[in-house]
Amino acid sequence: MTLVVVGSSLAGLRAVEAARRTGYTGDIVLIGAENHLAYDRPALSKAGLIGEEPVAHFQSVNVLRDELKVDVRLGVTATKLDASTKTVSTSAGDVSYDSLIIATGSVPRLPTGIPELDGIVTLRTLEDSAALRERLRPGAYVLILGAGFIGSEVASSARYIGAIPTIIDAAPVPLVRAVGADVGRAYAGLHQRNGTPLRLGTMVEEYLGRDRVEGVRLTTGETLPADVVVVGVGAAPATDWLDGSGIALHPGDRGIVCDEYLRTSLPGVFAAGDVAHWPNADLDATMRLENWTNAADQGARAGTNAVAPEAMTAYRTVPYFWSDWYGQRIQFVGIAATEDVEFVSGAPHEDRFIAALWQGDRLVGAATLNEPRKIMKLRRLIADRGTRQQVGELLAPIPQS
Amino acid sequence: MTKLSIVVDRGRCTGIGICESISPERFEVDDDGTLIVRGDLVTPDTLADIEDAVRSCPAAALSLVPWDER
Repeated sequence: MTLVVVGSSLAGLRAVEAARRTGYTGDIVLIGAENHLAYDRPALSKAGLIGEEPVAHFQSVNVLRDELKVDVRLGVTATKLDASTKTVSTSAGDVSYDSLIIATGSVPRLPTGIPELDGIVTLRTLEDSAALRERLRPGAYVLILGAGFIGSEVASSARYIGAIPTIIDAAPVPLVRAVGADVGRAYAGLHQRNGTPLRLGTMVEEYLGRDRVEGVRLTTGETLPADVVVVGVGAAPATDWLDGSGIALHPGDRGIVCDEYLRTSLPGVFAAGDVAHWPNADLDATMRLENWTNAADQGARAGTNAVAPEAMTAYRTVPYFWSDWYGQRIQFVGIAATEDVEFVSGAPHEDRFIAALWQGDRLVGAATLNEPRKIMKLRRLIADRGTRQQVGELLAPIPQS
Repeated sequence: MTKLSIVVDRGRCTGIGICESISPERFEVDDDGTLIVRGDLVTPDTLADIEDAVRSCPAAALSLVPWDER
């Protein structure tokens, strides 16, 4: 019996660890395109980017090899999946599997028409972060495409270093898909309050510079200087290598379609992390998540399900992610698929608030700024299908006796 | 079993709260983001949850050490 896990970032790491915890004694092969085992990717745009501390690794290769008896193959890219022979082709030869977990994550999207100029970068890997850190010098003009979480964190880190960031985004309101329009507007206010220009509803018309980028001309006609352009317009599931395998991909974004047990359309093949669409019973919705918490938990569940059919359990979760801008903590739990948003504590323009997102009487999401004591209690309420009354009770001041 | 104690690396912990989500009886993040640990001795009935919380910390700020080495 051989379990093969493709993807050595967080979901893949948690999958092999969980597989061993079930008592599974068969072979495990872990294949990773990067030269490193899973590391603290969220830090790449935060503490890691300002050079405050080295980016943490969650497990050493030696522990995986010696204690968990995992055949770890780093710097190896999966190139093809043949489900009829149960074989994964890689840049370093073929690997046969009985069970396979696909955890290849996502890659940054690039808008069309980006020229080959030095200084236009994306941020996904440890190497990307180290290269960007070199360019974030005091006084450097940093143009950030995309007012999402990565772009916003880069802006915050750039300001901390003394560089001069500007964010531009094609949408009139940022973060709408992630947190909804009302909360997106509220979070975006942090940029204004901390002195970072945020230009919405505009795009780059032309990149200026001969060999290296020197500036951009916007669709508004305005020209901005740029020593570096950071492209943060989202990520796409890394599934191109599965072309021809017959695996069912989502028609919208080419993520992998899974059932509630994280099984794909191919026998013995599971998926976890950024690549996986699955029906999430906690919120009665099918979704694909690109966050740390899900990669860890979903990876562990796929690892268990892939080797221990008797322990096969549906994967369900209340999504959770966090982000740090200008020293302030943003936290979001649940989903944003509703127009019914209520600021139940604080206000959108303040440095501390809780926004509740409702579907009818049910709490389905909560967005906070600097409310770390409340967020996990709200997460639990979402899992328990909490109502408006229960949220009211949670937030009510404790009566003095 | 060896008696174990929960140790928080305060330099690493930023109050992300995943430990509280896993074991709310034991962990709670305060209003200023400080992690509160209620009783640091790990009992056998809580070991699995606490191991899960330690493993799940995104900041790698939690560890379990033998009680007499804490």
